[in-house]
Amino acid sequence: MRLIQLCKGIGIALVASFVVQSTAAAQIRVVATTPDLAAVAREIGGDRVNVVALAKPTEDPHFVDAKPSFIVTLNRADALIDGGAELELGWLPPLLENARNGKIAAGAPGRIVASEGIRLVEIPTSFDRSKGDIHSLGNPHFMIDPLNVKIVARNIATHFAQIDPKSAATYSANLSKFNTRLDTKLAQWQQQLAPFKGAKIVTYHRDFPYLAQRFGLVTLDELEPKPGIAPSPAHLAQVIGKMKANNAKVILVQPFQNRKTAETVARQTGAVVIDAPQQPGAAANASTYFDSMDNLVRAIASGLGAQK
Amino acid sequence: MYVTKPTNAPSQVGGAERGSRYNRREWRLCLFCAVAVVVAPLAAAGQVAPSKSKQDSIARADSIARADSIALVKQLEKELGAGGDTANAPAAQGPRATGGYMNIGFVALTDAGWSSASDIGAIQRGDHDPHVNGFTMPNAEISLDGAVDPYFKGFSNIVLKIDSAGETGVELEEAYALTTSLPANLQLKFGQFFAEFGRQNPQHPHSWAFVDVPLVLARMFGPEGLRSQGLRLSWLLPTPFYTEAMVAVMNPTGGTASSFRSPDSPDIHGGVLDDRPINSLGDMLFVPRINTSFDLTETQTIVLGGSAAFGPNNSGPSARTEVYGLDAYWKWKPAAAQAGFPFLSLQTEWLWRHYDAAQRAAESDPLVTLPAEVLRDDGAYAQVLWGIKPRIVAGLRGEVAHGNGSAFISEQRINQSRISPNLTWYPTEFSKFRVQYNYDNRRDIGTDHSIWFQFEFLLGAHAAHKF
Repeated sequence: MRLIQLCKGIGIALVASFVVQSTAAAQIRVVATTPDLAAVAREIGGDRVNVVALAKPTEDPHFVDAKPSFIVTLNRADALIDGGAELELGWLPPLLENARNGKIAAGAPGRIVASEGIRLVEIPTSFDRSKGDIHSLGNPHFMIDPLNVKIVARNIATHFAQIDPKSAATYSANLSKFNTRLDTKLAQWQQQLAPFKGAKIVTYHRDFPYLAQRFGLVTLDELEPKPGIAPSPAHLAQVIGKMKANNAKVILVQPFQNRKTAETVARQTGAVVIDAPQQPGAAANASTYFDSMDNLVRAIASGLGAQK
Repeated sequence: MYVTKPTNAPSQVGGAERGSRYNRREWRLCLFCAVAVVVAPLAAAGQVAPSKSKQDSIARADSIARADSIALVKQLEKELGAGGDTANAPAAQGPRATGGYMNIGFVALTDAGWSSASDIGAIQRGDHDPHVNGFTMPNAEISLDGAVDPYFKGFSNIVLKIDSAGETGVELEEAYALTTSLPANLQLKFGQFFAEFGRQNPQHPHSWAFVDVPLVLARMFGPEGLRSQGLRLSWLLPTPFYTEAMVAVMNPTGGTASSFRSPDSPDIHGGVLDDRPINSLGDMLFVPRINTSFDLTETQTIVLGGSAAFGPNNSGPSARTEVYGLDAYWKWKPAAAQAGFPFLSLQTEWLWRHYDAAQRAAESDPLVTLPAEVLRDDGAYAQVLWGIKPRIVAGLRGEVAHGNGSAFISEQRINQSRISPNLTWYPTEFSKFRVQYNYDNRRDIGTDHSIWFQFEFLLGAHAAHKF
């Protein structure tokens, strides 16, 4: 009896869900692990794709809860874009295990590994957790370098064309448009940061080396003594000394990092704390990739400029 | 399998004999596991170094084999008309930089503390709980997992633990394969695994928020939780929100099928075991479960589940047991959490059991007949976790368990309750310190106070946590 009721309930749910699904347009459903990947996918996919990001823009991408609703999202996805550099190691595997979606399995056209073809930095020569929580493939915060983003955009466009050949021309056109705009923007960002070439920055986590490299900044140190290890007073004292000796005047923090710690160090050193969210959507009116980078470069330039 | 009955019935005469036989087998297993664990990664990395003469003969055999295979590849190339540099076979490449084709992890848990109870085993019934005043090493777990091939993933947990007598026991806690590509959102799991009943039963001690297993789970599923050999089919329903329906078919026998045909069942019903073979599907253990989840807001998620377990027990030839459970989990985490903190979570499970005990001869005195009766038990726990600031979690758990009156008075079925506040510090995700106070209250026995400390470390691969 109870079983019959259960079956009825399931039947109703099934019909309801088919109705919901059939009303959706024939866009390809793209899931990105982080908002930065989602933002680039939107540039390439345009109106042919429906993109959702799993991690929130203000959330630490290392520590995302593997919510069951994500299993459903992944189950119905036509494509998944992940970083491929172990950033999502703590939460993506159990979701994929339960998503039962061959379209996004490793090696499938629908599985887009963003970092493919990107030269990651800080690849460890030995695996030793006494050095902190290091990623075995290298530093996974590669999306902050616009030239890496170009590679990611190409990876995305290639896969989109495989999954949805009908729109291949559109994706190709969107990619060229994106690249052209990125070239212009990169020149502009470089110009904005050019006056600060060689300027020393301090970050909370080791999440800005790609940006520093691209724009000629020097990362003096991190507030974390080792990646993923909470700042200790002894280490902060060292950082303060180093900042004073090197005349480093800015500390970059992301929304999920401890701003208070950064402010304490700033007070001791006369530096300014810059809100430097890497993820599109974390700052108001900066939900697209370009707006988000504009915002970030402007924040860093004005922070460095104020100290000149 | 475990060395001795950890909690009760020390009076059994056969126990010592059985124990020593198990010990020998366990040591052999132990040795095998140790060798396997050491050799496997080495072999995978291609670093096993045979002796010189052996190397020479292997090299000779290798070069012949390689010549043969190159010839074969050339032939196939010709026949298939394929081009390309296929002579550059994988054998010509260097050894892999990292550890082969599976993730290897090791977690070791050490407890220490003191309890006012003279019978600690009766209030700490879990096999992974602290057992004695002083130190306990209740769980050292080797976990292996990886992709078997494009169609299956494989998981295994081999647990070593030191019991209250100082003996090391080994158990193949889990070893199962999971399909990756069945159609229609189906998924099969087969092998030895924890039954997916409620929230905590399938979890390993590493993910528990408290030092010990909840009273009600130990009562229904015994010291090690409900697990057995079997098959589990799961279906991810095409509903707009997450809903997963599953059913497991498992063997109802063995020490980890408490409430069913466990050899330890006389501790529940007091009768002589009615041992019989499995003759039909009806003699199997069935564990259905439905699990659903909603994101209430951007920062709040709730998971609700209902489970059951149906199977025969061994109080008589047609006696059966039914266990039912409801569970709920709610979590709040702000949008800009730092390393996952702060957070607030609430978890609760309520289980009840209908144990149909047949008319049976008492184990203690076969001339005494115990009447047919229904043993009814129920119990619940609720726990709140508050992630105060990065890496610090405060917890509070309250629990109760009841059993109805019966002809056989089982110490496992008495009414009892417990309150446990605790505090956990995670220096990183790979280590933790925990301190917990337990206030136990048992009907007709009285109250007890216990304080337990726990330390855990983890090496190697860290399996991601499920929500």
